[in-house]
Amino acid sequence: MSATPHTPAGAAPPATKGWTVASIRRALESRQISARELTKEYYSRIGRENPRLNAFLALSPERAYAQADTIDAKISRGEPLPPLAGVPTALKDVLNTRGTETTAGSRILKGYVPPYDATAIERLDHAGAIFLGKTNCDEFAMGSSNENSAFGPVHNPLALDRVPGGSSGGSAAAVAAGLAVIALGTDTGGSIRQPGAMCGVPALMPTYGRVSRYGLIAFASSLDRIGPFAQTVEDLARVMEVIAGRDPLDATSADHPVPSYTAGLDAPVKGLRLGIPAEYFAEGLDPAVRQKVEAAVARLKELGCVPTPITMPHTPYAIPVYYLVATAEASSNLARFDGVRYGLRVPGATLGEMYRKTRGAGFGAEVKRRIMLGTYALSAGYYDAYYLKAQKVRTLIKGDFDRAFQQVDLILTPTSPVTAFRLGERTADPLAMYLADIYTVTGSLAGVTGISLPCGKVCGTLPVGLQVIGPHFEEGRVLQLARAFEAAGGFEL
Amino acid sequence: MNISREDVLRVAELANLELTEAELATYGAQLQSILSYCDKLNELDTTNVEPLAQILEVGKVEEDKDEEQHLREDAPRDAGVISEVVRRAPEGVDSHPAYFRVPKVIDR
Repeated sequence: MSATPHTPAGAAPPATKGWTVASIRRALESRQISARELTKEYYSRIGRENPRLNAFLALSPERAYAQADTIDAKISRGEPLPPLAGVPTALKDVLNTRGTETTAGSRILKGYVPPYDATAIERLDHAGAIFLGKTNCDEFAMGSSNENSAFGPVHNPLALDRVPGGSSGGSAAAVAAGLAVIALGTDTGGSIRQPGAMCGVPALMPTYGRVSRYGLIAFASSLDRIGPFAQTVEDLARVMEVIAGRDPLDATSADHPVPSYTAGLDAPVKGLRLGIPAEYFAEGLDPAVRQKVEAAVARLKELGCVPTPITMPHTPYAIPVYYLVATAEASSNLARFDGVRYGLRVPGATLGEMYRKTRGAGFGAEVKRRIMLGTYALSAGYYDAYYLKAQKVRTLIKGDFDRAFQQVDLILTPTSPVTAFRLGERTADPLAMYLADIYTVTGSLAGVTGISLPCGKVCGTLPVGLQVIGPHFEEGRVLQLARAFEAAGGFEL
Repeated sequence: MNISREDVLRVAELANLELTEAELATYGAQLQSILSYCDKLNELDTTNVEPLAQILEVGKVEEDKDEEQHLREDAPRDAGVISEVVRRAPEGVDSHPAYFRVPKVIDR
């Protein structure tokens, strides 16, 4: 096993590797580097690497250098630096950014430039982050491989012929390849955790309502979350301290205190009870993934954690529930893309014809498929059989988590049953692609928080992800275990 | 259950999607296959189970505040972006008041 596990295969170890929020701050304060120089260094790397990765869809150098100059001015005046001062950041293209094209990976929004920042973006801006640009993703965040982007797939930086996972594949790839120190993604059924696993970087899905979604282009409103990618657990905690918290502009954001996630990182994990649900280690799990995840559990046991077998009996029903609920909500949310107010318009003789032609031409195959499925599930005569039934089973799935967390502190599972697959390998069968989300959709439906952590690589190249799931608003506990696992060398098992 | 071409057309009409003949055939077959898989849910008796409509009920674990407290005042505020929005729209007209031009709607 290589000592530099995140180095992209076939690439020289990047000079920018190893930068963290804390090391950037030290380098800035000691004037070893300026924010402008650091920004330039990252753009030069993006210029070199992005043509083969396709991780970024749009760059925002004007804004990035202005942000960098603001930080450099603070340094020269001797002012205190904000928490993410000078940190090169990548933003998934479903998040609205003032003045920078935001497409959600869709032709229907090609050329759309939002007049405002999403709340999470605004908070990063105030915290001193440098916005390098917008990252590629599956169209409207619908996909598990990034192959549904209208602007071409992202290539996994660790194996260029393979997918980076999805839908936040560009954000995961950017961090894994050292093209950004931190990135934001979104997770509806696994879209932060699964690409985190496939690209070998830690990635956190916060609790439902923990991070404001104002300015996020909505996919499924009862499921969508915004969360970070980083190279270290500490950096995930630092980003969470900035973006978490109540926002008057998002009525679904929770009015729940935000703890200091960094302060609790090094608390001892001895005695933590870790639930190992049998249903997540059943048929369909790649034996090589199983072996790494079991090794991860063993490592945590050495740290004094207590693995405990549990059962979550409704797990096998999560995929149909997820795809019915998510598509129903999507069919409603995506009604706003009609050619009237933004993006593409295809002319028609009547208003209805304009809608139908615009949407028919503007949406890609997977988005249309999901709108059709969701519309069907909500339509008269089928509502009870599909949508309502799914919402009832969702209650049972949430019940599995409620019961589990009475017995254990955290739940451990594989993030994905497989490692990164080859581009094009799974695109022919949508149902087969959906089934790959089996271990992540459950936590999405239950509203809990979950992280994916690297736990070694199969054949030395393809990363495996360990998922750690915590109860609502227990990001601190999840990060604490993640930090202990990282410190114990768990990422390189 | 069988999904006919007419069913697919009806759903496409409800969803305001213009689909090609090839798409109608493909989506028909795929909806059939996905929905058959979803029939798996009928293995479960959910007679006495409430549907989970709102996950944020979990927010109340912490505090049993009046829901009203979570809602801001329903008052308009000027975001100052109307001119920018209509100028970037496919057929926006930046006048006072600003508006979007669309095909005639009376006949539909």
